[in-house]
Amino acid sequence: MALAKAKSDATEARLAGLSLPEGGASWAREARQDALNRLTGMGLPQRRDEYWRFTSPAEFLAPETPRAEIALDAPGFDDTEVLRVVFTDGVFDAEASDDLAQENLEIERYADAVTKDIHWIKGLLGVLETAGQNRVDRPFATFNTAFAEDGIVLRATGKVSKPVHLDYRRSDDRAEAVLRHMVRVEDGAELTLLESGVGAARLNTGMEVDIADRGTFHHVRMQGRDHERRAATHVFARLGEESVFKSFTLSLNGMMTRNEVIITLKGDDAVAHVAGAALGDGRDFHHDDTVFITHDAVNCESRQVFKKVLRNGATGVFQGKILVEPDAQKTDGYQISQSLLLDEDANFLAKPELEIYADDVQCSHGSTSGAIDETALFYLKSRGIPEDKAQDLLVLAFVAEALAEIEDEGLAETLRGQLAGWLERRR
Amino acid sequence: MLKISGLKVKLEEEDKQILKGVDLEVGAGQVHAIMGPNGSGKSTLSYVLSGRDGYEVTEGSAELEGVDLLDMEPEERAAAGLFLAFQYPVEIPGVGNMTFLRTAYNAQRKARGEDEASAAEFLKLVREKAKDLKIDAEMLKRPVNVGFSGGEKKRNEILQMAVLEPKMCILDETDSGLDVDAMKLVSDGVNALRDAGRSFLVITHYQRLLDHITPDVVHIMANGRIVKTGGPELALEVEKNGYADLMDEVQ
Repeated sequence: MALAKAKSDATEARLAGLSLPEGGASWAREARQDALNRLTGMGLPQRRDEYWRFTSPAEFLAPETPRAEIALDAPGFDDTEVLRVVFTDGVFDAEASDDLAQENLEIERYADAVTKDIHWIKGLLGVLETAGQNRVDRPFATFNTAFAEDGIVLRATGKVSKPVHLDYRRSDDRAEAVLRHMVRVEDGAELTLLESGVGAARLNTGMEVDIADRGTFHHVRMQGRDHERRAATHVFARLGEESVFKSFTLSLNGMMTRNEVIITLKGDDAVAHVAGAALGDGRDFHHDDTVFITHDAVNCESRQVFKKVLRNGATGVFQGKILVEPDAQKTDGYQISQSLLLDEDANFLAKPELEIYADDVQCSHGSTSGAIDETALFYLKSRGIPEDKAQDLLVLAFVAEALAEIEDEGLAETLRGQLAGWLERRR
Repeated sequence: MLKISGLKVKLEEEDKQILKGVDLEVGAGQVHAIMGPNGSGKSTLSYVLSGRDGYEVTEGSAELEGVDLLDMEPEERAAAGLFLAFQYPVEIPGVGNMTFLRTAYNAQRKARGEDEASAAEFLKLVREKAKDLKIDAEMLKRPVNVGFSGGEKKRNEILQMAVLEPKMCILDETDSGLDVDAMKLVSDGVNALRDAGRSFLVITHYQRLLDHITPDVVHIMANGRIVKTGGPELALEVEKNGYADLMDEVQ
C-alpha cells in the first residue's frame, strides 16, 4: 500500500543516523530496544493518519533539526519557591540547578537512573507509554522511550513542600532535545511539578506518572515565547484509588506544538483534570491538544477544559476523548474545548469524542468557537476602556475558566501575568 | 450641557430611518425625561449618543459642552463625561466587578491627563459609594453582572455612574424589571448624584420612575421625533390617557 510504503520510508529517513543511547543497565537497554522495535513496527505518522488529520507531523519528521531563533528570556516561575532543575539544550545542567535533595523526595537524573537497579523505574519505564498505545499509535512517545538520554526521575514518599521546577533553556539554535521524566507518587504523597521554557529548537518530552492510592500530583507548564520552537510532548498517567492528577498548560506562541495527555483512572474515586490555554498570533502558529482519558474504575471524575485564542491565521486543534470501560460505573466526565477567534483568518479544529460502555455514567462535552462579543466590547468601551484594553479583558475573561483549574493561586497569578504580558506585547 | 440638533439616524445594515430629526437641549443640572411608545426611537437615541456600532448618522449633530460627540469613539465619549446606564447590563464572566470598575476609572483619568488611583485609594472610594446602594463586598468581587438579579444589575449601573462621576447621564429604561423596593434604591442613588454640574436624560415607558426622579422637562417621542415637550405634568397625562390620545392630538 502506498501509505504503508510512505510511512516506512519516512520512518527510515527519520531514524537513519540515530542510534540507541549507549550504556545503561540491561533492563534499560531492553526497554529501549523494545521501543525501537515497536516504533519500526508502527511507523512514524503521516498526514493521512486519522490521528494527525489536523496537525501535520512534517516538522517532527524532518531528519535534520530545523533552526529556531533563541528568543528573550523564557518565562519562569520566579515568584515561587522551587527546587530548580535546569536542562540546557536537553542536557541536565548541574551548575545551574539546585542540589537535588529535598525532604520526602527521591530525585535523580534519568541518565543516572537507567544505569542502576531501581525497582520502581524498571517496572515503569515504557510501561505506561506502551499501555497508552491501546487505541491509537503514539509513535513520538515510543521514539522518546527509545532515544531519550536525559530527564528527571522523581519519587515522592510524602508531602513534598517545594515544587520541582524543570527549567528548559537553550544556547544552541539547532538543539534537538529528547527528554524523559519518570514520576512515582506513593500512597498519600503529594508532588507539584512545574515546567517552563523551550529547551530546544525541536523538543520531544515524555513523562510517565504513576500515582499510588491517595497520591496527589499537580503539574503546571508554561510553553513560552520562542516563536519558532517545535514541541511534541506526551504525559502518561495512571491513577490509583482516591488519587488526584491535575495538569495545566499555558502556551504562548510556538510554530508547532502537539501536547498529548493520556490518562487511565485505574483506582476507584480518582480524579483527573487536564486543562490548558493557548494563545497564538500568525499563520505560523499551530497548537494541538490531544487528550485521551480512560475510566477504568468506579466513581471517578475527569475534566478537560481547553481554551484557545487565535488570530492572524493561527490554528488551534483539540482532540479529546473520554473512554468509559464497562465496569467504570458512576463515571463523571466533562470536556469543553473553546476557541476565541479574533479575526476571520484564524482556524479552530476540534474533535471531541465520547465512547461509553458503562450504563450509569454522566458525561458531557462541548466545543465552540466564536468571535469577541461585540455587546460586551461596547459595554466596556462605553465605560471609558479603550478598544485594545477592552479586548484584552475579554480575552482574559475567556481563558478564566481554564485558569481556574489551577489550584495554587500563586501559580495561577504567575500565569495570568504571563498572559497579560503577552497581550500587551501584541499591541 | 447636551445639545442635539436635527439628528437623523438610520440602521447601517438596512435602509431604515429610525430617528427622523431630533432636537433636544439639556441644560446643566437639569433632568429631562423622554417617554414614548415602543419603537419610537428612544433606545436608539441613547445608543447613538454613546457610540454603539450599527447606526449611521445621516444628518444633524450632538454636542456635549460644545464638543462634537458623534466623531468620538465610545471610550472617548465616556472620558468626556457621557454615561449610559444600560437597559440590559451586559454579563462579563471572568472579569471581576472591581477590576472592571478600576480599569474604567483609571482609563478615563488617563484619557483626561489625570493621575491614576492606587488600588487602595480606589477600594476606599468604591466601598463608600457601594454602601449607599446596598452593594456588598461580595457583589464587588463577583464577575461583572454574572448571576446578578435584575435589581442588582441596575444598582451596579448606578454604582458605576457614582464612581465615574459623569457630567451627562443617560438612563435607558433603568426602571424595567425593577420591583418597588429596587426602584426606590436606584432612584435614591440617582437623586444623590443630582448636582448643578450634572445632567440626566431619563428614558422610560412609564411615569412611575418619574415619581421618584422628578424631571424638569418631559419629552414625548414618537416615530423618530420629539412630538411634545412639557413639564412633569406631561408624564402624568400620558399615564392617565396613554400615548394614543396624545398621538391624535399631535397629528
